[in-house]
Amino acid sequence: MQDKIHASYKQLEQKSKYTNMFLRWFLYFVLVVFAFYFIFPLYVMVVTSLKTMEEIRQGTLLTWPSGLNFDSWLVAWGGRGYGAGDTFLKPYFWNSIKMVVPAVFFSTFIGAMAGYVLTKWRFKGDKWVFLFLLFGCFIPYQAILLPMARTLGVLGISNSVIGLVLVHTVYGIPFTTLFFRNFYVSIPSELVKAARIDGAGFFKIFFKILLPVSTPIIVVTIIWQFTQIWNDFLFGSTFSFGEAAPIQVALNNMVLSSTSVKEYNVDMASAIIAGIPTLIVYVLAGKYFIRGLTSGAVKG
Amino acid sequence: MLKWLEKNLPKIVMAPAVGLIGWFVYGFVLWTLYISFTNSKILPKYELWGVGQYVKLWGSRKWLIAVDNLLIFTALFLIFCVVIGIILAIFLDQKIRAEGVLRTIYLYPMALSFIVTGTAWKWILNPTLGIQKMFIDWGFENFTFDWLVNREMAIYTIVIAGVWQSAGFVMALFLAGLRSVEDEIVKAAKIDGANLFTVYWKILLPMMRPVFFTSFVILVHISIKSYDLIVALTQGGPGISTTMPALYMTQTAFHKSQVGLSAASAMMMFMAVAAVIIPYLYSELRRENAR
Repeated sequence: MQDKIHASYKQLEQKSKYTNMFLRWFLYFVLVVFAFYFIFPLYVMVVTSLKTMEEIRQGTLLTWPSGLNFDSWLVAWGGRGYGAGDTFLKPYFWNSIKMVVPAVFFSTFIGAMAGYVLTKWRFKGDKWVFLFLLFGCFIPYQAILLPMARTLGVLGISNSVIGLVLVHTVYGIPFTTLFFRNFYVSIPSELVKAARIDGAGFFKIFFKILLPVSTPIIVVTIIWQFTQIWNDFLFGSTFSFGEAAPIQVALNNMVLSSTSVKEYNVDMASAIIAGIPTLIVYVLAGKYFIRGLTSGAVKG
Repeated sequence: MLKWLEKNLPKIVMAPAVGLIGWFVYGFVLWTLYISFTNSKILPKYELWGVGQYVKLWGSRKWLIAVDNLLIFTALFLIFCVVIGIILAIFLDQKIRAEGVLRTIYLYPMALSFIVTGTAWKWILNPTLGIQKMFIDWGFENFTFDWLVNREMAIYTIVIAGVWQSAGFVMALFLAGLRSVEDEIVKAAKIDGANLFTVYWKILLPMMRPVFFTSFVILVHISIKSYDLIVALTQGGPGISTTMPALYMTQTAFHKSQVGLSAASAMMMFMAVAAVIIPYLYSELRRENAR
């Protein structure tokens, strides 16, 4: 039956070859037009950052820069070297790194443990516990901002990197749990049962059986958490200001504080610097990034 | 003692996650709900004041504008993201050369923050040196594009940037959905004389119902929460013409020091999200149980 379908399908393909030719050109045309639309802002950002203000005023958005001029990048990263009012990204970039690394580590670890228990050490009502955690993926963070601000104040860690690590760890847990739970569900429980009969304990089973096969989901989770936390603005702007601010907040402040003349080339260079870490991760590990996006969404 | 520990170890390991979420999500939402029933200004007050804040909220012109903007934004954002996402997914599904490269291009905005992309769009859309100048220099001398600084039109610039950022995501969801359909179904339909258009319109797209549902939930969720993009692009301006609920909430709390009112607006947002998410989680859970 399958062979028959295949054969008559081949025949059909031959017949419609010419209409197909036209259709394919149309396909490629539309796809390429959209590709230009999507690439356009990135292109504009890069060329603008390489121009001088003079060039920007004379040319258009699309004009090619006269040379590779990285001055705006240096100003965006390290400032102009005069004292007060000179904001630049370097210290905030490090703030973000100090915030992202522990927050990603803790949330991934807690999520892995929760996912492990929810699938391999099932208990009565575990489905409800999962649902209880899952709902945390969806709450609008506005509904927790005021108590959080108060709590951080009471703990004495408002306006600090430590405070932001706590916030990002906590609100990352629903996502990391979801990832690990959905991954461990697909690993046969027989392995775990056999190990239990052999007398292996809770942690031994995790480290000897599950952890060695968990690399893909760990990569997915780390990339997801890294991207989310690096790109966060709401928490950063609400719970920190001044020197403790992460990079997205600093970028926004830089772009808004137009003391004298608006320097679009420095703005664009700053935006690229703030976006480059996640962009590099995306280009290098796009497969895992997309997996995080779709499994975070579809599986629910 | 040791035996008890061993037996309950899984639950003990589970405890931090449950405890943290219980306190920081559920506890805080209830806390916010409580604040919304008080007359808190700069600092929270804890005597109950009734529903006064909600009455005040729905009588506030700025909040009504914010809700109005949210409805406009959500409708357009949904339509454009889904239409563009489906077109791209279907076209990419035709054994396209360089599919990987195109997919990477369509989806890269998702890796960037709204502050980064908002900064870029603000520069592109600015009337003096941006897109308007580009067209004028190309010889369209009367070309004007001042939406960013135009009260009536500024909300649509947020739609442009939002769609640009999220359409690739919908594409990825639909592409994954289309790829999971058996090849034989399509082949059989073609032998029966169905053309490509009919195959998609009558067979494949109706099969994508869960993907439509998921996209709808995710996109509505993104739009209710949208905050960063507005801050980067318009800061709610010109005037208050592009205020949205999320921006209203933080401005009311942290600039106007009306904590009670702000909590009321946060609860309205919470209820809007819950109205979309709870049916979604319910149906997902049922599907999983059916398996």
